[in-house]
Amino acid sequence: MGRARSPFRVPTVLLLIAVAVVLSSCGWSLWDSPMTTVKPKSDFGKGIQDLFMLISWWTLGIFIGVEGALVWACLRFREKPGQPIPKQVHGYTVLEVSWTIAFAVILLIIAIPTIQMIFKTQEPEAASALRVDVAGRQWWWEFTYPEYEFSTANELHLPVGRQVAFHLHAPDVIHSFWMPQLGGKRDVVPHRVNRLTLTPEIPGEFPGQCAEYCGTSHANMRFRVIVHSKENFQKWVAEQRKPPVEPTSELAKKGQELFAQSTCVGCHTIRGVSGGAMGPDLTHFGSRKTFGANLLASTPQSVAKWIENPAHMKPGALMPDLGIRGEQSKALAAYLLNLK
Amino acid sequence: MATQVAFMPGTRAKPKTLEVIWSWLTTVDHKRIGILYGVSAYVFFLVGGVEALLMRLQLARPDGTLLSAQTFNELFTMHGTTMIFLAIMPMGAAFFNFIIPLQIGARDVAFPRLNALSYWVFLSGALFLHSSFLAGSVPDAGWFGYANLTTRQFSPGSHVDFWMLGLQILGLSSLMAGFNFIVTIINMRAPGMTLMRMPLFTWMSFVVQFLVVLAFPAITVALILLMFDRFFGTLFFSPAAGADPLLWQHLFWIFGHPEVYILILPAMGIVSEVLPTFSRKPLFGAPVVIYSGIMIGFFGFGVWSHHMFSVGMGPVADSAFSIATLLIAVPTGVKIFNWIGTLWGGAIRFTSPLLFALGFISMFIMGGLSGVMHASPPVDLQQTDSYFIVAHFHYVLFGGSIFGLFAGVYYWWPKIFGKVLDERLGQVHFWVMFIGFNVTFFPMHFLGLIGMPRRIYTYAPDLGWNFWNFVSTVGAFIIALSFVVFMVNVAKTSRWGAPAPADPWDARTLEWTISSPPPVYNFAIIPTVHDRDEFWIAKYGDGHGAPPRKSAPAPPVDPASIHMPPPSYWPLLLAAAIVLTISGLLISMYQVILGGLLTLYCMARFMLEYHRPAPGGHH
Repeated sequence: MGRARSPFRVPTVLLLIAVAVVLSSCGWSLWDSPMTTVKPKSDFGKGIQDLFMLISWWTLGIFIGVEGALVWACLRFREKPGQPIPKQVHGYTVLEVSWTIAFAVILLIIAIPTIQMIFKTQEPEAASALRVDVAGRQWWWEFTYPEYEFSTANELHLPVGRQVAFHLHAPDVIHSFWMPQLGGKRDVVPHRVNRLTLTPEIPGEFPGQCAEYCGTSHANMRFRVIVHSKENFQKWVAEQRKPPVEPTSELAKKGQELFAQSTCVGCHTIRGVSGGAMGPDLTHFGSRKTFGANLLASTPQSVAKWIENPAHMKPGALMPDLGIRGEQSKALAAYLLNLK
Repeated sequence: MATQVAFMPGTRAKPKTLEVIWSWLTTVDHKRIGILYGVSAYVFFLVGGVEALLMRLQLARPDGTLLSAQTFNELFTMHGTTMIFLAIMPMGAAFFNFIIPLQIGARDVAFPRLNALSYWVFLSGALFLHSSFLAGSVPDAGWFGYANLTTRQFSPGSHVDFWMLGLQILGLSSLMAGFNFIVTIINMRAPGMTLMRMPLFTWMSFVVQFLVVLAFPAITVALILLMFDRFFGTLFFSPAAGADPLLWQHLFWIFGHPEVYILILPAMGIVSEVLPTFSRKPLFGAPVVIYSGIMIGFFGFGVWSHHMFSVGMGPVADSAFSIATLLIAVPTGVKIFNWIGTLWGGAIRFTSPLLFALGFISMFIMGGLSGVMHASPPVDLQQTDSYFIVAHFHYVLFGGSIFGLFAGVYYWWPKIFGKVLDERLGQVHFWVMFIGFNVTFFPMHFLGLIGMPRRIYTYAPDLGWNFWNFVSTVGAFIIALSFVVFMVNVAKTSRWGAPAPADPWDARTLEWTISSPPPVYNFAIIPTVHDRDEFWIAKYGDGHGAPPRKSAPAPPVDPASIHMPPPSYWPLLLAAAIVLTISGLLISMYQVILGGLLTLYCMARFMLEYHRPAPGGHH
């Protein structure tokens, strides 16, 4: 029954080595990946990160102390052959009271900055903030800029250094709006408007994703955030406010006709052409690098393939297969990609 | 089952197979019901495990193609539902059934037929839930079933119906068992066993029963509202009609958070039994451990909204639930300190039950500490619904509950089946599982911190998630391997294991004073209790000068003179009628009416069964 033999030593050493390897290896790959939460690029993200590090150090200290005491007790108090029955200790009140208080004090140290940060991150937005209305839909994102009166989809453009106030709403089910590099998520709940305010501090391109399970293609509800310098942002806004580009090539012209004649118009807006509101606004479709909620690169082939069978590329996609095939889908793709 | 003969003293040496099956179907013996719970729970644990392996295979590489989106969503829904309601909870119930009456010196639970009914309702609910695989309509809205995704508009078909009705049936079973054990523990303790002399496993289970009877009604209500929405067109969760879908989340987590403690407290109780036995010392600060358990149960009802920090409750509610959550860490931490205090200064024997108990403590510390991290709402906004949370609650529910429950499996196996599990294989099982567990779940902390959301069936290859996902999948198969070792151990032990003595571990509580396995009536003479460690003190004295309490040998008792409740088939029939009624909602209203009438009939027969004394029997 292995009473006196300790099965403990070799596995413990192996385990410690494994932990050391794991901990050191997390250094290289981890922290600079595209959706990292620990290299924040906004004031909001930085506030969270500071708090996270504070709690991490305390918990690491507790972890080392408590696990250390556990391992030490196991090594030190192994039964030795012929050992008499140990002293029957039932407790030691002073010790019990003091470790309870010590632990409570550590939690208090965590609680105070936590509550400060809760209130700080939920302050009302500044009057000068750029408002972006975010609609989370099965399974794509719509971004509306009331200040500039246009909408776009799945590609969120922001200026650096100006506070952004996201007003989040959901026409269908609950989603969660998450741009890990810019800070924490906020749920997008039907029948209410949630707010998230932050100031992007570093230009760049950051992926985002829905974080609340919302049905079949939850995994495919992705988007990209592009934080511009102030000038570039204004340039982008100016481009987006222009009316749609008229097609030049024959193929694209054919696509335009096709678009106007088919049921596309029931769901999609192209300013001056159609006013559908179920699907993404396509006025400047060609200016977006990806489509299908950031699933696919915008190339003629992939757009044509999507038109032929959306649900094949995004399971459960609500855009139906309209029976558009071959030359027709190529023409539509050419038209849409022309909408720079 | 090699042990059934031992349960039936006085019957023929070789009963016919049909008689054996019939005796199990109609049993009201708490020990047999415990075994039924344990075996069912283990089978469902394997089912949930296979579901997990399939998901890990899908996620081993980016853009995985093994499973469709729909199948993956069904798998994570069933994995969560199965592990919580069909594996961990009934594994706890197996120990409540088998161990509590033995620990309190009773001959059975307070309501033996109700106990059988709880089991059969549980099993029928579990089978009903899994019949969704045969119907090709597996639940796919997550184990949490957030409204309004679960309304007919967004979840057509019967996927969600199977989940909603299955959970309702399972809740019924838990509620009956909860009341039964509350009454049992309050009323059936042996003379002298005051509440503070009650063994720790019984104590923690006692707290769990209160959590069950107070928490389950909340989800029962939520499920009834959802049922009305789905079947009768009400609009409780329909935002278009002005409903707030967050109502579901509040109702669900008022149940859901106490549920976490329902899953963990039995394991804490087991660890509190195993540590004193194998360090040959009483539990350090036992009253504090008991009161901590009560506090955890109490605070457990005041922290539900920490599952909802991202829904936009506002800063005041966020702060209140954050403080409550940090508060609940205090009694939890205190328990861990007391366990280490128990080991300190002891004479520790590293047997497999102890290894699993140590596994529990060391892993639960990690789960607890990551829990402190997302008790802070701003930090939680980055962590919630990411793999960091997946890592956290697997450290609590696998590293905690499963390790703790397996400490109990190895510890009480000799008492339950009369044979000690092979020690060497037990240790191999532990180390393989311990390593596999950490390889699987530790990298998930990293995955969460680098932004991987939960419940996604696929991910892009350029996000830096590939390596750790692959590692995690490898770990999952190491865990699977450890359960192969366990099953080899069970097979080997039941084939070649030597009969276990009454007290193989030199333990401390009453269940070890009787034979392994115990006779059907447990105690020929109900013991009188003077101390929490009654049996230890009887063997060795109290360690402070009092001599061992050697009572005079009791006069032999004729087992035939001990009256045990006779078997009954009404619990099984009543459970079948209940499921017939509820499954009728998916098939035909006529079936609901027929099932309802049968249910009433079975209830009447069940209630009136002992209106007249059973032929030739007492009760």
